[in-house]
Amino acid sequence: MLQILEDNWLLFLIGQYPHGPIGGLAMTLFLAVAGLSLSFPVAIALALARLSSHRWLRGPATAVVYVVRGLPLIMFIFWTYFALPLLIGRTVGGVETLLFALVVYEASYLSEIIRAGIEGLPKGQTEAAKALGLGYVPTTFKVILPQVLHNMMPSLVSQFVSTIKETSLGYVISANEVTFAASQVNNQLMTQPFEVYGLLALTYFTLCFTLTSAARWLERRLAAERGGLGVQPA
Amino acid sequence: MGYVFDPAAVLTGQYLDWFIWGLATTIALTLAAWLLGMTIGIILTLVRMLPFRPFEWLVAGYVEYHRNVPLLVQILVWYFGVPQLLPRALRMWVNSHHSEFLLAMVALGLASAAYITEDLRSGIRSIPKTQYEAARSIGFSYLQAMSYVILPQALRIVIPPLINQTLLLFKNTSLAMAIGVGELTYRTREVDSYTFKTFEAFAVATIIYLAISFAIMALGAFADRRLKLELR
Repeated sequence: MLQILEDNWLLFLIGQYPHGPIGGLAMTLFLAVAGLSLSFPVAIALALARLSSHRWLRGPATAVVYVVRGLPLIMFIFWTYFALPLLIGRTVGGVETLLFALVVYEASYLSEIIRAGIEGLPKGQTEAAKALGLGYVPTTFKVILPQVLHNMMPSLVSQFVSTIKETSLGYVISANEVTFAASQVNNQLMTQPFEVYGLLALTYFTLCFTLTSAARWLERRLAAERGGLGVQPA
Repeated sequence: MGYVFDPAAVLTGQYLDWFIWGLATTIALTLAAWLLGMTIGIILTLVRMLPFRPFEWLVAGYVEYHRNVPLLVQILVWYFGVPQLLPRALRMWVNSHHSEFLLAMVALGLASAAYITEDLRSGIRSIPKTQYEAARSIGFSYLQAMSYVILPQALRIVIPPLINQTLLLFKNTSLAMAIGVGELTYRTREVDSYTFKTFEAFAVATIIYLAISFAIMALGAFADRRLKLELR
């Protein structure tokens, strides 16, 4: 196992870079960071649309969220894979396809978290903001969302972990991330699949476990901050 | 030259058969992995409730592994890696008995078990201890208190998250295509590459996935409404 790591760690970490495209773990992390950051504004827009009093905003947003959540991610990736080139009129690489699919997919899930956060705030917050004479936009962006985002920190970290895990689907469309890199190593070695994929699992585990532990720590801190009754989230 | 959207082209003869077989495989894989996940999930829940600390750590380790490694990677480990460790005779047996389906089922089932045992645990934990004490104080035995007071309430709490797990499992069976299980996504790609009717093929699969997902979601929402408990 150590031998495999010694021979291939560079491919694992950054792919063929600088002699080719960047890949491996670096690409996985890039996809996860970019996926979550790009999906964030989309998710806020979706959540606000779902809570809107205009039916023509609420309806389509609700439909999008339900359809995306009803489909396996892989189906969604395949749709992106052949629909995106038609939409923008040029061929699209695996990484771009994956990123686009991840953004829409994550945004749908994230919007539900944000929506729950908004609905979970006391109604008095909106009423007080309105009583001060604030309109919809300042109420939402200066009073409501900052509180929601603060409360959402643990969920956001968990969502980041999900995004890291979901980038592994790049393997299926040959996007050059760490799972794909591992399969390349496996194809070269042929005889040690358990070691190669075990190493891959260990890599993801180390990364994600650190982050889920951070999420739990944040959750405890937030609960303490609210002067809570020591109610631990399950 | 306009593109004519013609779903009928992929819903005839051989292609229709592929869709039907794909759907049947998806459902079979969901059910098989669900049963495995439920069985192991219940066993893990019982084990972690035993008053012996190391058992709790073992189950916690099991849960953490399955939560922090992508499901696809778990499937790849089972399909490519684990057979290498099996004794030759067992490996031959697995290989001659639809190894991809069996190993996908094991990977999906074990991962579900990790989530199921978490749901079961939080369901049982959310019943206040006073319920048990009250039951004992009016003269119920341990078994009576459990079966008449605690478990009926815990089950009501647990059923909605379990339905949600079933939905996730159903969608996750699509990952089995990566190791060549002929489930719905795999078959859809096959129809696509034979007919070049990409949109039609994927539209059919999408509608099938959505119909089943929505049915499970509706069941979950119904259970949520009907079983809601006011505790404390």
